[in-house]
This record gives sequence, C-alpha cells and structure tokens, in this order.
Amino acid sequence: MKSTTPFWAFSGIAVAAMLAGATPTLAEDTITIGFTASQTGKLNNDSTAQLRGFELWRDEVNAAGGIKAGGKQYKINFVTYDDESQNTRVQQLYTRIIVQDKAQFLFSPYSSGLVATAAIVSEQYGRVMLTTGGAEEKPHRLGNKNLFQMYSPASQYLAGALLALKEKNPQPKIAFVYEDDPFSKAVAQAVRDLAKKDGLTLSLEESYSGSTTDFGPIINKVRGANADALLGGGHYADGATMARQLHDQNAGLKWVTLLVAPDSPNFATLGDAAVGISVPSQWEPQVSFKPDFGPTAAEFTKRFSDKYKIEPGYHAAGGYAAGMILQHAIEQAGSIDQAKVADALNKIDVTTMFGRTKFSTDPKEHGLQIGHEMVLAQWQKKDGKLVKEVIWPKAAKTADILY
Amino acid sequence: MIAILASVLDGVLVGAVYGLAAMGLTLIWGVMNVINLAHGALTVFGMFALYFLASVLGLPPYSAVPIAIVAGFVCGVVLYWIAVHRIIGRPELMSLLATFAVNMVLIGVGTALWTTSPFNVPVTLPGFTWQGYTFTGTHIMAAVLAGVLAGLLYLFLHHTRVGKAIRAVAQNREAAELSGIPTKQILSMAFGLGVALAAVSGTLIATMFPFTMLSGEAYQLKSFVVTVLGGLGNPAGALLGGIALGLVEGLSTPFMPVSWIPILEFGLFVFCLMAFPRGIFALSKG
Repeated sequence: MKSTTPFWAFSGIAVAAMLAGATPTLAEDTITIGFTASQTGKLNNDSTAQLRGFELWRDEVNAAGGIKAGGKQYKINFVTYDDESQNTRVQQLYTRIIVQDKAQFLFSPYSSGLVATAAIVSEQYGRVMLTTGGAEEKPHRLGNKNLFQMYSPASQYLAGALLALKEKNPQPKIAFVYEDDPFSKAVAQAVRDLAKKDGLTLSLEESYSGSTTDFGPIINKVRGANADALLGGGHYADGATMARQLHDQNAGLKWVTLLVAPDSPNFATLGDAAVGISVPSQWEPQVSFKPDFGPTAAEFTKRFSDKYKIEPGYHAAGGYAAGMILQHAIEQAGSIDQAKVADALNKIDVTTMFGRTKFSTDPKEHGLQIGHEMVLAQWQKKDGKLVKEVIWPKAAKTADILY
Repeated sequence: MIAILASVLDGVLVGAVYGLAAMGLTLIWGVMNVINLAHGALTVFGMFALYFLASVLGLPPYSAVPIAIVAGFVCGVVLYWIAVHRIIGRPELMSLLATFAVNMVLIGVGTALWTTSPFNVPVTLPGFTWQGYTFTGTHIMAAVLAGVLAGLLYLFLHHTRVGKAIRAVAQNREAAELSGIPTKQILSMAFGLGVALAAVSGTLIATMFPFTMLSGEAYQLKSFVVTVLGGLGNPAGALLGGIALGLVEGLSTPFMPVSWIPILEFGLFVFCLMAFPRGIFALSKG
C-alpha cells in the first residue's frame, strides 16, 4: 500500500498558506489604516501627492517606534489599492478594506466625488475616516458621525480671490468658468453667493466637462464678454490646458484664479503661461504656523523634498496632516477604540504645520472643517525663475499681488 | 458677429486636426473592416513623441512630424502582425475586443512609464490678432499640416502602386489577391499608415494643448463622430468631416453653454447614422 503522507503534508501546507494569505495575521501592536489612491486615471497627479504625504507620515511614525496609546506602542500598517479615479472602484474597495482587510481607521481617496462615495461606505460600517483631498460640504450635511474633514470647505475656496481682486479693481468684469464636477459646482454656488453679497456681477458663467481638451471656444466667449478677470477651473488636466490657452490666445485678462491645478509644482512646466495665475491653496511651504506638535512647514518641506525630489503642494501636506491629526486623536484617546478616537477628534483644536484644525460638532454639519484657513498663492517670475508666492491674506503674504 | 466669425475660424482650424486624427481610423476601417479601438492610445504616443523629441532632446518641435509618421508606421505594422492579422475576416466583435485589448495594454504601459500627469510642450509660433481675437501660430500650422498630409495621403492612394493596391484590397480582397496583390503585406501597410496618421495627429495636437496619457479617449470619440460624418472608410471625407465638426463646435459655442456641445455632437452622430449611413461626404470609398 502506497503511503499518502506526502499528499496530506502538501495539502496541509497549501491550506495553511491559503489561510495565511486570506487573513493576514497582524501583531497586536499594529494599527491598520485603509484607503484608496488614484494610481491610474485622471486624478493620478494630485492623488499621488496625497499618497506621498500619508506615506511620509507613516514612515516617520514607524521609524520613531509608532503611536503610543494606553501603554502600548502601535506601528502603522497601510492597506491601499488603486481606485482608478473611479467611484465604482472606491465603493468596492472601501468595503473590501473594512470587511476583508479589517482596517481600523480610514483615510479618504482624493477628490470630492470619490470622498462622497467612500463616506457612504465608511459611515455604513461606523469607521472613523479623515477626509483629505475633498472640500465638498455635502457629505457632512447628511448626518455622518465618523467623518472628519481636513480641508477648508469648498465655500471658502474663492473667497480670498474675490477679496484680493476687489482690492485691485472694485468693479471687475468676472468670467466664471468651472468644471461640472461636484467640487467645482460647490465652489460655484459659493462664488455666486459671495459675488451677490459683495455687489459684484459675473459677466459670464460657463461650466465645462472635465474631459474638455480645447478651451478655444470658451476663451472666445470670455473675450466676447469683455471680461478682465477669470475665476474657475476644476482639476489638474483641464486647469493646465485652460491656463496655456489663455496665454496663447492672449485673452486680455488682468486676473486669473484657477482651482487646484496651479498649486501643483508641475504647473511650472507651462512656463510663461503660468505667470500671474493664482490659486486658492490649503497650504503653502512658506506658511509660518507655530505647530503644537509635529514639524514646522519648513521642516516638512525639507523632509518631503529630500524623499521625493519634488516640493510638496497642499495635497501632500494635507495627507501628512491627516496622519498627524489621527495620531494625535489616538494618543489623546489612549485607545484605538472607534468611539473614543471619534470623541477625541470631536474635541480637537490644534495647530500643526498645516494650520489650525477644528471639526464642527454641530449635528447639521458634523465633521466639517471650521478651524483651517486658506491662502491665495500666485505664480510670479523672480530672477527669471517661476516661483509661487502667497499674496492673500495680507498677514500671510510673501509678495505683492501681480495684477 | 465678430465673436461668431472668430469662433468659426477657430473651429475650422481645430477641425482640420480632428479630421487628420479620424483619417487613420477610417482608413483602417475602409481597408480591413476593423474598428481600431487603440486609435486614441496611439494618438497619445504621437504626443509623447513630440515631448521627447522637443522637450527632452531639444529638437525643433516640427521635426517630430516626420519622425512620428515613420515610427507610427513601423509600430502599426508590428501591431498588425501581433494583434490584428488573425482576426481579419472574422466577426467584427473580435476585432473590437482585440484592439480594445491593445488599447488597455498601451494605456497601462504608458501610465506605468509616464503616469497620468499632464505634459506640456511650449511651442511658440507667431499667430495673428483680429479685432482682439488671437489665432495662434500653432493652430494655423497644425491645420495647414493636416491639409498637406491629407493631400499627400490622397496622392499616395490614387497615384502610387501601393496606394492603388490598398484601394483594390479595400474594394475586393479576393479579386485583389487573384490579381497577384500580396494582400497580407498590403493590409499590414494600411494598418501601419492608419497608425502613422493617428500618431502624427497626436504630435500636432500636442503642439497646441497640454496632454496626459489618457487624452486619447476624447480624440477617439471625436474621431468616431468625424468618421460617421465623413463616411466610414472614406479618408477624404474624414478631413471634411473634421472641419464640419469644428464648424459645428465654433458656430454653436456663442449660442449655448459649452457643456451642451458634446450632446449636440453626439446627437449629430446619431442623426447621421440614421439619415446618412454612408456619411454626409460619402463621395467615394477608398
């Protein structure tokens, strides 16, 4: 009779290997944080910067021994997938991250549209999620209890730009041209309200699809409206194309503020087309907040630049700050219990290199960011080199407004 | 009124490039009944050709035009033998799946190499300003080159032996083979030519606008509309179709929100398929 031992031995090993692969066993002193990043698809540029912010924070915390809470020291473990910049993937992957990968805490994907989708899943499972890269206010007005927003909300994005513009020209003719995505639409609604309040008129209002590749027809409309200022944009690809065409077609504008795109260091590849373009920014490397804990903006900028060979924009800083705030909340809670950490986040009112962070505890807008303030940055030429300067608010400015 | 004229002129200039982009798609369909779903991705490789030749190697931007044509042709012939040859004469769904797979591979490789971050190649050519509206030199040059390349394609197809062989294969492959035409080689050359046209249109587009690895999708969709307007399989009609699409965009912009234009374009697409299934400009095939 043949021995069956080798067969059973191999089967046993195979089953054990499969079980080990299906449910990774983690040491007790590990916190798993799950999120998706847009490694492919149209949001890749900004999402990658955010991902690097998360990773830099994780590496620094782990190198320092981990997060201390309740007498334990927890190392950070990330579970992350590519969401392909698509809502459907976000929905599937956040469910997987919670149910299968057993993530204890969540970071959001990048962009308001994807954040809104992820927020439905995170709330369904009662997981604390720090949203960064999403400024839309709507998810916070739906009664969510575990969602905490790092960015200033969309309504504040162009408020500084309108004030700065009004100082240079009390009665500007404004063309407002924005992408038809949830974030830009939320900004648009706020601009309409602010313009009405400030007695400003919008001489042209146009929305465009995110896949627009030629802004020539829109620029002709801007010309036709005799506008001297343009506000709007959406995300990186469309914003960069619009800026280049505004320059090439000499649109005759004295002021251009675009959302998101000009904040990326890549925007400098537009050369002269970038000069004078301003961008509402959640953070700039020049800001000089005195942090209650963690690095200063200058220290963070140096560490990030050393690691990734590129200067951080606000997406990267937002990612890093989300990590710091979660870490602080866990330390304050002295536990990794969801309810205790959520409670600590509700009580947070701190200043980091990203600025002040405080979440609304009003049930009508729970988790909305109410502490953070934005700045307005502008691309200017200094000694033949393109640099981004802070021009608003006046208290934070590093250069005068180029108008 | 001036705003409308400026918009129309702008539309015609960009439309000529849409036409060039669609010419490759329609040529491949006309010759071998293959809808090349990798067309957009191949257009993007033409854009990257400009980036590497002009921005990285520092060559004059328009030197990328002949290089993109040659490299596109070689790439097309190779792709034909790898992915298209086996599905010639098979049901159309197979060619759709095969070229879609090529499309996914190309986008995957491109994203891994260059991410989906935008690239910009600053090309400065003097344009002209009329009543405050500026028409850039790059737009004018792209439209002129699109017209020249369309003319050269016409001469090639009608006045060279290879061109006539391509048209013969398009009209009746069996008869062409019986006449001694090496149809396999001719098909691969036609596919190469189609890809060369996609690549060079990408190069010209990149002189005007920044681009990402995913930009091809928008141009591929426009190419489908142009192809239907101009008549499936009719390269001369494609140029006219492109200009017509540019005109529609230019004429409608002053009167309606820009976000409605894709709806208008695809409405036109459906209308053409129903009313003129052979295309508005279906003068002759091949």
